[in-house]
Amino acid sequence: MVIECKHVWNYLSDYLDDSLSPETKELVQRHLEHCEICSAILDSTRNIVVLTADDRVFELPIGYSERLHARLAQEIESNEARTRKDSGD
Amino acid sequence: MAITRRAHPETPEGAGLTGMNVEHPDRDEAQMIAAILAGDTRQYHELIRPYERSVYKMALSFMKNEPDAEDVAQEAFLKAFRKLADFRGQAKFSTWLISITLNEARSRLRRQSTVPMESLDQVTGEGGHISPALLRDWREVPSEALERKEIRAILVEAIGHLSPLYREVLLLRDVEEFSIEETATALTITPGTVKVRLHRARMMMQKELAPKLKNANPRRRWFQWS
Repeated sequence: MVIECKHVWNYLSDYLDDSLSPETKELVQRHLEHCEICSAILDSTRNIVVLTADDRVFELPIGYSERLHARLAQEIESNEARTRKDSGD
Repeated sequence: MAITRRAHPETPEGAGLTGMNVEHPDRDEAQMIAAILAGDTRQYHELIRPYERSVYKMALSFMKNEPDAEDVAQEAFLKAFRKLADFRGQAKFSTWLISITLNEARSRLRRQSTVPMESLDQVTGEGGHISPALLRDWREVPSEALERKEIRAILVEAIGHLSPLYREVLLLRDVEEFSIEETATALTITPGTVKVRLHRARMMMQKELAPKLKNANPRRRWFQWS
Protein backbone atom coordinates (compact mmCIF):
# COMPACT_ATOMS: atom_id res chain seq x y z
CA MET A 1 0.00 0.00 0.00
CA VAL A 2 1.22 3.47 -0.87
CA ILE A 3 0.17 6.60 0.95
CA GLU A 4 0.10 10.18 -0.27
CA CYS A 5 1.97 13.14 1.18
CA LYS A 6 -1.17 14.58 2.79
CA HIS A 7 -1.71 11.39 4.75
CA VAL A 8 1.91 11.26 5.80
CA TRP A 9 1.65 14.77 7.27
CA ASN A 10 -1.12 13.53 9.55
CA TYR A 11 1.22 10.93 10.98
CA LEU A 12 4.32 13.11 11.47
CA SER A 13 3.68 14.07 15.07
CA ASP A 14 3.06 10.45 16.13
CA TYR A 15 6.02 9.38 14.03
CA LEU A 16 8.24 11.81 15.94
CA ASP A 17 6.88 10.42 19.21
CA ASP A 18 7.44 6.89 17.95
CA SER A 19 3.83 6.04 18.75
CA LEU A 20 2.62 4.72 15.39
CA SER A 21 1.67 1.08 14.90
CA PRO A 22 4.49 -0.92 13.28
CA GLU A 23 2.49 -1.20 10.02
CA THR A 24 1.80 2.53 9.73
CA LYS A 25 5.34 3.39 10.73
CA GLU A 26 6.60 1.15 7.96
CA LEU A 27 4.31 2.87 5.43
CA VAL A 28 5.44 6.31 6.53
CA GLN A 29 9.09 5.29 6.45
CA ARG A 30 8.79 3.92 2.95
CA HIS A 31 7.19 7.15 1.79
CA LEU A 32 9.88 9.24 3.47
CA GLU A 33 12.61 7.31 1.72
CA HIS A 34 11.59 8.62 -1.69
CA CYS A 35 9.77 11.88 -0.88
CA GLU A 36 12.14 14.75 -0.29
CA ILE A 37 9.34 17.18 0.56
CA CYS A 38 7.91 15.03 3.37
CA SER A 39 11.42 14.30 4.63
CA ALA A 40 12.15 18.03 4.77
CA ILE A 41 8.87 18.65 6.59
CA LEU A 42 9.72 15.94 9.10
CA ASP A 43 13.28 17.21 9.61
CA SER A 44 12.16 20.81 10.03
CA THR A 45 9.40 19.84 12.49
CA ARG A 46 11.82 17.77 14.56
CA ASN A 47 14.39 20.55 14.50
CA ILE A 48 11.79 23.09 15.62
CA VAL A 49 10.65 20.80 18.47
CA VAL A 50 14.26 20.50 19.66
CA LEU A 51 14.87 24.24 19.46
CA THR A 52 11.60 25.05 21.23
CA ALA A 53 12.58 22.82 24.14
CA ASP A 54 15.92 24.53 24.65
CA ASP A 55 16.20 26.37 27.91
CA ARG A 56 17.67 29.44 26.29
CA VAL A 57 14.43 30.27 24.46
CA PHE A 58 12.77 31.78 27.51
CA GLU A 59 14.92 34.17 29.52
CA LEU A 60 14.23 34.64 33.21
CA PRO A 61 14.01 38.24 34.43
CA ILE A 62 16.96 39.31 36.56
CA GLY A 63 16.19 38.76 40.23
CA TYR A 64 13.14 36.57 39.55
CA SER A 65 14.27 33.75 41.80
CA GLU A 66 15.26 36.06 44.66
CA ARG A 67 11.92 37.88 44.54
CA LEU A 68 10.04 34.58 44.42
CA HIS A 69 11.82 33.15 47.46
CA ALA A 70 11.44 36.41 49.38
CA ARG A 71 7.69 36.29 48.79
CA LEU A 72 7.54 32.65 49.77
CA ALA A 73 9.53 33.38 52.92
CA GLN A 74 6.92 35.97 53.91
CA GLU A 75 4.14 33.48 53.34
CA ILE A 76 5.93 30.73 55.22
CA GLU A 77 6.62 33.07 58.12
CA SER A 78 3.05 34.24 58.42
CA ASN A 79 1.94 30.62 58.16
CA GLU A 80 4.24 29.70 61.04
CA ALA A 81 2.97 32.63 63.08
CA ARG A 82 -0.62 31.49 62.51
CA THR A 83 0.25 27.95 63.56
CA ARG A 84 1.94 29.21 66.74
CA LYS A 85 -1.09 31.35 67.55
CA ASP A 86 -3.48 28.46 66.93
CA SER A 87 -1.52 26.19 69.21
CA GLY A 88 -1.67 28.83 71.92
CA ASP A 89 2.05 29.67 72.20
CA MET B 1 7.97 7.22 27.54
CA ALA B 2 8.91 7.98 23.97
CA ILE B 3 10.35 11.45 23.79
CA THR B 4 10.63 13.14 20.44
CA ARG B 5 14.18 14.24 20.88
CA ARG B 6 15.31 10.85 22.02
CA ALA B 7 13.58 8.80 19.36
CA HIS B 8 16.16 9.86 16.82
CA PRO B 9 19.78 8.94 17.15
CA GLU B 10 20.98 12.01 15.27
CA THR B 11 19.69 14.25 18.05
CA PRO B 12 22.12 14.45 20.95
CA GLU B 13 20.36 13.04 23.96
CA GLY B 14 18.95 15.68 26.25
CA ALA B 15 21.12 18.41 24.71
CA GLY B 16 20.32 21.72 26.33
CA LEU B 17 17.09 20.45 27.81
CA THR B 18 15.95 21.12 31.32
CA GLY B 19 12.22 20.53 31.11
CA MET B 20 10.00 20.19 34.10
CA ASN B 21 9.78 16.48 33.72
CA VAL B 22 13.47 15.84 34.04
CA GLU B 23 13.91 13.45 36.93
CA HIS B 24 15.90 14.56 39.95
CA PRO B 25 17.17 11.24 41.26
CA ASP B 26 18.44 12.53 44.59
CA ARG B 27 15.15 14.11 45.56
CA ASP B 28 12.40 12.34 47.42
CA GLU B 29 9.57 14.76 46.82
CA ALA B 30 6.96 12.70 48.66
CA GLN B 31 9.16 12.80 51.74
CA MET B 32 9.80 16.55 51.33
CA ILE B 33 6.07 17.22 51.06
CA ALA B 34 5.38 15.10 54.14
CA ALA B 35 8.01 17.08 56.07
CA ILE B 36 6.53 20.42 54.96
CA LEU B 37 3.05 19.32 55.99
CA ALA B 38 4.44 18.16 59.33
CA GLY B 39 5.72 21.68 59.99
CA ASP B 40 9.10 21.95 58.30
CA THR B 41 7.65 24.56 55.97
CA ARG B 42 11.00 26.03 54.99
CA GLN B 43 11.69 22.93 52.91
CA TYR B 44 9.19 24.32 50.44
CA HIS B 45 11.96 26.55 49.04
CA GLU B 46 13.91 23.45 48.08
CA LEU B 47 10.89 21.56 46.83
CA ILE B 48 10.06 24.15 44.20
CA ARG B 49 13.57 25.13 43.14
CA PRO B 50 13.75 22.79 40.10
CA TYR B 51 10.45 24.16 38.79
CA GLU B 52 11.03 27.90 39.02
CA ARG B 53 11.99 28.21 35.38
CA SER B 54 9.26 25.94 34.03
CA VAL B 55 6.48 27.71 35.89
CA TYR B 56 7.73 31.07 34.65
CA LYS B 57 7.91 29.80 31.05
CA MET B 58 4.31 28.58 31.23
CA ALA B 59 3.21 31.87 32.72
CA LEU B 60 5.09 33.96 30.17
CA SER B 61 3.74 32.11 27.20
CA PHE B 62 0.25 32.93 28.41
CA MET B 63 0.65 36.43 29.79
CA LYS B 64 3.09 37.59 27.09
CA ASN B 65 4.71 40.17 29.31
CA GLU B 66 7.30 39.70 32.02
CA PRO B 67 5.70 41.49 34.99
CA ASP B 68 2.39 39.62 34.64
CA ALA B 69 4.23 36.34 34.06
CA GLU B 70 6.21 36.86 37.25
CA ASP B 71 3.05 37.66 39.19
CA VAL B 72 1.36 34.54 37.90
CA ALA B 73 4.40 32.40 38.71
CA GLN B 74 4.61 33.78 42.28
CA GLU B 75 0.91 33.32 42.80
CA ALA B 76 1.06 29.74 41.50
CA PHE B 77 3.85 28.84 43.93
CA LEU B 78 1.97 30.50 46.81
CA LYS B 79 -1.24 28.67 45.96
CA ALA B 80 0.61 25.38 45.71
CA PHE B 81 2.05 26.03 49.18
CA ARG B 82 -1.34 26.86 50.67
CA LYS B 83 -2.99 23.87 49.03
CA LEU B 84 -0.16 21.41 49.57
CA ALA B 85 -2.29 19.34 51.95
CA ASP B 86 -4.67 18.70 49.02
CA PHE B 87 -1.89 17.14 46.98
CA ARG B 88 -2.55 13.45 47.22
CA GLY B 89 0.31 12.18 45.17
CA GLN B 90 -1.81 10.50 42.47
CA ALA B 91 0.01 12.68 39.97
CA LYS B 92 3.57 13.96 40.16
CA PHE B 93 4.12 17.18 42.07
CA SER B 94 5.27 18.82 38.82
CA THR B 95 2.01 17.89 37.05
CA TRP B 96 -0.02 19.25 39.93
CA LEU B 97 2.03 22.45 40.05
CA ILE B 98 1.62 23.04 36.35
CA SER B 99 -2.17 22.65 36.60
CA ILE B 100 -2.17 25.34 39.29
CA THR B 101 -0.03 27.60 37.07
CA LEU B 102 -2.32 27.11 34.10
CA ASN B 103 -5.41 27.85 36.16
CA GLU B 104 -3.80 30.96 37.57
CA ALA B 105 -2.80 32.20 34.10
CA ARG B 106 -6.23 31.46 32.65
CA SER B 107 -8.12 33.19 35.43
CA ARG B 108 -5.78 36.20 35.27
CA LEU B 109 -6.39 36.48 31.52
CA ARG B 110 -10.12 36.16 32.04
CA ARG B 111 -10.05 38.99 34.57
CA GLN B 112 -7.92 41.18 32.31
CA SER B 113 -9.88 40.72 29.15
CA THR B 114 -13.44 41.45 28.15
CA VAL B 115 -12.93 39.20 25.12
CA PRO B 116 -14.27 35.75 26.00
CA MET B 117 -11.77 32.94 26.18
CA GLU B 118 -12.00 30.27 23.53
CA SER B 119 -14.96 28.07 24.25
CA LEU B 120 -15.02 24.32 24.05
CA ASP B 121 -17.23 24.59 20.96
CA GLN B 122 -14.29 25.91 19.06
CA VAL B 123 -12.29 22.90 20.10
CA THR B 124 -14.58 20.54 18.28
CA GLY B 125 -13.43 22.11 15.03
CA GLU B 126 -10.09 20.37 15.53
CA GLY B 127 -10.61 18.02 12.62
CA GLY B 128 -9.51 20.65 10.07
CA HIS B 129 -6.36 19.93 8.15
CA ILE B 130 -3.22 22.00 8.57
CA SER B 131 -0.81 22.00 5.69
CA PRO B 132 2.81 22.38 6.70
CA ALA B 133 5.26 24.71 4.99
CA LEU B 134 6.53 22.86 1.94
CA LEU B 135 10.28 22.57 1.58
CA ARG B 136 12.58 20.58 -0.66
CA ASP B 137 15.32 20.23 1.89
CA TRP B 138 16.09 21.26 5.43
CA ARG B 139 19.44 22.30 6.78
CA GLU B 140 19.44 21.63 10.50
CA VAL B 141 19.41 24.80 12.60
CA PRO B 142 21.93 24.07 15.36
CA SER B 143 21.05 24.91 18.94
CA GLU B 144 23.89 27.47 18.95
CA ALA B 145 21.61 29.61 16.81
CA LEU B 146 19.68 30.25 20.04
CA GLU B 147 22.54 32.45 21.20
CA ARG B 148 21.02 34.97 18.83
CA LYS B 149 18.28 37.09 20.31
CA GLU B 150 16.25 37.29 17.11
CA ILE B 151 16.07 33.51 16.85
CA ARG B 152 14.84 33.22 20.44
CA ALA B 153 12.31 35.96 19.78
CA ILE B 154 10.76 34.31 16.72
CA LEU B 155 10.37 31.04 18.64
CA VAL B 156 8.67 32.73 21.60
CA GLU B 157 6.50 34.69 19.18
CA ALA B 158 5.42 31.54 17.32
CA ILE B 159 4.44 29.83 20.58
CA GLY B 160 2.50 32.96 21.49
CA HIS B 161 0.64 32.83 18.18
CA LEU B 162 -0.81 29.41 18.97
CA SER B 163 -4.25 29.56 20.52
CA PRO B 164 -4.19 28.65 24.23
CA LEU B 165 -5.50 25.12 23.66
CA TYR B 166 -2.63 24.23 21.38
CA ARG B 167 -0.04 26.28 23.26
CA GLU B 168 -0.59 24.50 26.56
CA VAL B 169 -0.29 21.05 24.99
CA LEU B 170 2.87 22.02 23.09
CA LEU B 171 4.43 23.55 26.20
CA LEU B 172 3.75 20.55 28.39
CA ARG B 173 4.69 17.89 25.90
CA ASP B 174 7.54 19.47 23.94
CA VAL B 175 8.97 22.04 26.32
CA GLU B 176 8.41 20.35 29.67
CA GLU B 177 8.69 16.81 28.33
CA PHE B 178 5.54 15.53 29.96
CA SER B 179 4.32 12.22 28.56
CA ILE B 180 1.03 12.15 26.64
CA GLU B 181 -0.66 10.76 29.77
CA GLU B 182 0.83 13.36 32.10
CA THR B 183 -0.17 16.14 29.70
CA ALA B 184 -3.70 14.73 29.64
CA THR B 185 -3.80 14.63 33.45
CA ALA B 186 -2.50 18.18 33.85
CA LEU B 187 -5.05 19.55 31.38
CA THR B 188 -7.90 17.19 32.32
CA ILE B 189 -8.39 16.08 28.73
CA THR B 190 -8.07 12.65 27.12
CA PRO B 191 -4.75 11.35 25.74
CA GLY B 192 -6.41 11.22 22.30
CA THR B 193 -7.18 14.94 22.47
CA VAL B 194 -3.60 15.63 23.54
CA LYS B 195 -2.31 13.83 20.44
CA VAL B 196 -4.65 15.67 18.09
CA ARG B 197 -3.80 19.07 19.56
CA LEU B 198 -0.10 18.30 19.69
CA HIS B 199 -0.08 17.33 16.03
CA ARG B 200 -1.81 20.54 15.05
CA ALA B 201 0.40 22.65 17.31
CA ARG B 202 3.56 21.14 15.83
CA MET B 203 2.29 21.63 12.28
CA MET B 204 1.39 25.25 13.03
CA MET B 205 4.84 25.83 14.48
CA GLN B 206 6.47 24.24 11.44
CA LYS B 207 4.32 26.32 9.10
CA GLU B 208 5.22 29.57 10.79
CA LEU B 209 8.83 28.86 11.68
CA ALA B 210 10.29 26.81 8.86
CA PRO B 211 10.30 29.69 6.36
CA LYS B 212 11.77 32.01 8.99
CA LEU B 213 14.41 29.60 10.25
CA LYS B 214 15.42 28.27 6.85
CA ASN B 215 18.22 30.78 6.61
CA ALA B 216 19.10 30.87 10.27
CA ASN B 217 22.22 28.74 10.00
CA PRO B 218 25.18 30.68 11.29
CA ARG B 219 27.41 31.87 8.51
CA ARG B 220 30.44 29.81 7.88
CA ARG B 221 33.58 31.37 9.25
CA TRP B 222 36.26 31.83 6.69
CA PHE B 223 39.86 32.18 7.65
CA GLN B 224 41.66 34.78 5.70
CA TRP B 225 45.22 34.18 4.68
CA SER B 226 46.98 37.46 4.59
